[in-house]
Amino acid sequence: MIKILLRLILSQFKIFFREPGVVFWSFGFPLLMAWILGIAFANKGNALHIVAVVDESPDAIYSLPEWLLEKTGADSTKYSTESGLDWQVGENNGEQARFRFKSMNEDDATRALKRGKISLWLMGNPAAGIKYHFDPDNTESSLTFLLLERVFSVQSSTKPHSEIRPITMTGSRYIDFLIPGLMAMSIMNACLWGIGWSLIDLRIKKLLRRMVATPLRKPIFLLSHGLNRMILSAAELLLLYGFAYYYFGIIIQGSLWALLLVFLSGYSAFAGIAVLISCRAQNTHSGNGLINFVSLPMFVLSGIFFSYHNFPDWVTPYVEVLPLTMLANSLRGIITEGIGLYDVILPSIGLVGIGCVCFALGLRFFYWH
Amino acid sequence: MAIEIRNVCKSFKDVNAVQNVNLMVESGESVALLGPNGAGKTTLVEMIEGVQFPDSGEIRILDRSWEKDEHFLRKQIGLALQETRFLERLTVEETLNLFASFYSLEKERAREVIEIIQLESKRSTWVLHLSGGQRQRLALGVAILPIPQILILDEPTTGLDPNARRDLWKILESFKATGTTLILTTHYMEEAQYLCKRILMMDQGKILAEGSLSHLLDKFGEGDLIEYVIEGAFPTEKAEQLSGVLSCRWDENTGEGRLTVKNISETLPLFLQLVEKSSISLTSLECRRRTLDDLFLAMSGRHLDD
Repeated sequence: MIKILLRLILSQFKIFFREPGVVFWSFGFPLLMAWILGIAFANKGNALHIVAVVDESPDAIYSLPEWLLEKTGADSTKYSTESGLDWQVGENNGEQARFRFKSMNEDDATRALKRGKISLWLMGNPAAGIKYHFDPDNTESSLTFLLLERVFSVQSSTKPHSEIRPITMTGSRYIDFLIPGLMAMSIMNACLWGIGWSLIDLRIKKLLRRMVATPLRKPIFLLSHGLNRMILSAAELLLLYGFAYYYFGIIIQGSLWALLLVFLSGYSAFAGIAVLISCRAQNTHSGNGLINFVSLPMFVLSGIFFSYHNFPDWVTPYVEVLPLTMLANSLRGIITEGIGLYDVILPSIGLVGIGCVCFALGLRFFYWH
Repeated sequence: MAIEIRNVCKSFKDVNAVQNVNLMVESGESVALLGPNGAGKTTLVEMIEGVQFPDSGEIRILDRSWEKDEHFLRKQIGLALQETRFLERLTVEETLNLFASFYSLEKERAREVIEIIQLESKRSTWVLHLSGGQRQRLALGVAILPIPQILILDEPTTGLDPNARRDLWKILESFKATGTTLILTTHYMEEAQYLCKRILMMDQGKILAEGSLSHLLDKFGEGDLIEYVIEGAFPTEKAEQLSGVLSCRWDENTGEGRLTVKNISETLPLFLQLVEKSSISLTSLECRRRTLDDLFLAMSGRHLDD
């Protein structure tokens, strides 16, 4: 019995290791992801918490850290006109809390909070008392608030009076940030799995070969897949939005035409990527792996669940040209900030461009048989 | 001429899949490509289908080329591949309707085909729930939907049980009456014999022999066979001197032997007398005509089902 069991296990190991693609997607891919997401961001210190300081006084941005420097002696400060004031504070057990303060007016701070560019914004100064403005349901904002409070209480002999001003108005809550991101992700998944995986599956079943052996024209075949998933994807988005509308009271504040344009351009970007991904894959493992290889980094980096502004600064320009980021940002702008058609033309051109390039490449290398 | 193949070669990396093949197929002709796995049958057929293109040489279908007339040729060729898996959650009728739409055919044609392939009772059954034989009949149905001028079947019955195989043969036999040119690849010699008048025997990318079954047997495989298993020492020299014996082979390790004879009825009694006189025990005896497999073995040293 044991011998049979061992023989079976050994055979399965042999099968596994004799398929290079499977070995890569099982071992190589997770390591690659770990490298991209973990090692790339490791040793950069703790996560950066970006805070807007709103005050009528132009000196507002200086008043808080200056007060802290005077009273407590922060470990380090670094100021630049572009990024604001970096402030790193020592805590217990050698841990570091990293904050960046940016001077903004109230409107800019509100918009930045909607876009996830800041964790919270505060008004006032340590002497007169600080008012924290954030959505208590947003864990990142709550964490930033707690960390700031802790730093103040640990390092200051006279803890400033603080007051939370919860932001619960539509468009500024965490759910308002989340829903457009989920809609963008839904479009991505509809294309990568609905089109990409479907084409790979047809190839594996030899049905692709069988279909193109008929007078059916190849562009018509691909178009049928694209349109089919587009209709389903639109239905998915309507359902998601309907739920968000009734349950969370989320209202589309911007132009519906802009929303349509962004949907179509985002869809075309991911449909093109799906064709490129599926152009050569010959089996389930490589198909799955390729789709995950493309979707997972965007899933993590593009600011679907949390803002990508928390990543190191050098990452941000790369993240912002990812199609999922462009799509999520555009949807967020339309739904929560009320931006119009003109504001989404540039990202839409970018998305359509990505789609066209990927589609052309995919078609060039597509393996029909 | 339905198909003209001149000096066609095709290689994959270091494998010469098809080597300098010439083949002319008349309209309405039925041609079987017979050979073991790796003989080059599928590659040759894929080049006829326009799926692969030759490294050198020329292929013309219905006096046209794939480069210039692909769309026209796709309408003229019906194709059934080995183990095509159709969309599993479409019914038989939906599948045929889908493919009928590719040829701009009406649904009526799909209904006719369902009767031809004898799947009336499975009309509304998902492909998922069809047996292997039924799926291959559906694949054949899809192939004959447009009443093609050329019907290409790539190992259509591989993996099917004998009953399912015979069902498919009957359908094909009746469809051949439409005058369609049939190209069949198989490694079942019975299938080639049953469906095709002309047989091409292929191995290692080359056509070893071609002709009708009787022509091939007459030309390359003279004689019938007496196969036997003996316990004891078989007198091979005496057996070779029996009247009508063309050749004699016997393996003393296994006891298995084979006499190739001009006429079984003339030589068999003499063989049995020899066994009796030699005081050896005959444990197995089989007399039969030569088959294509015997012929193929003699030509290439391989069996057709290798």
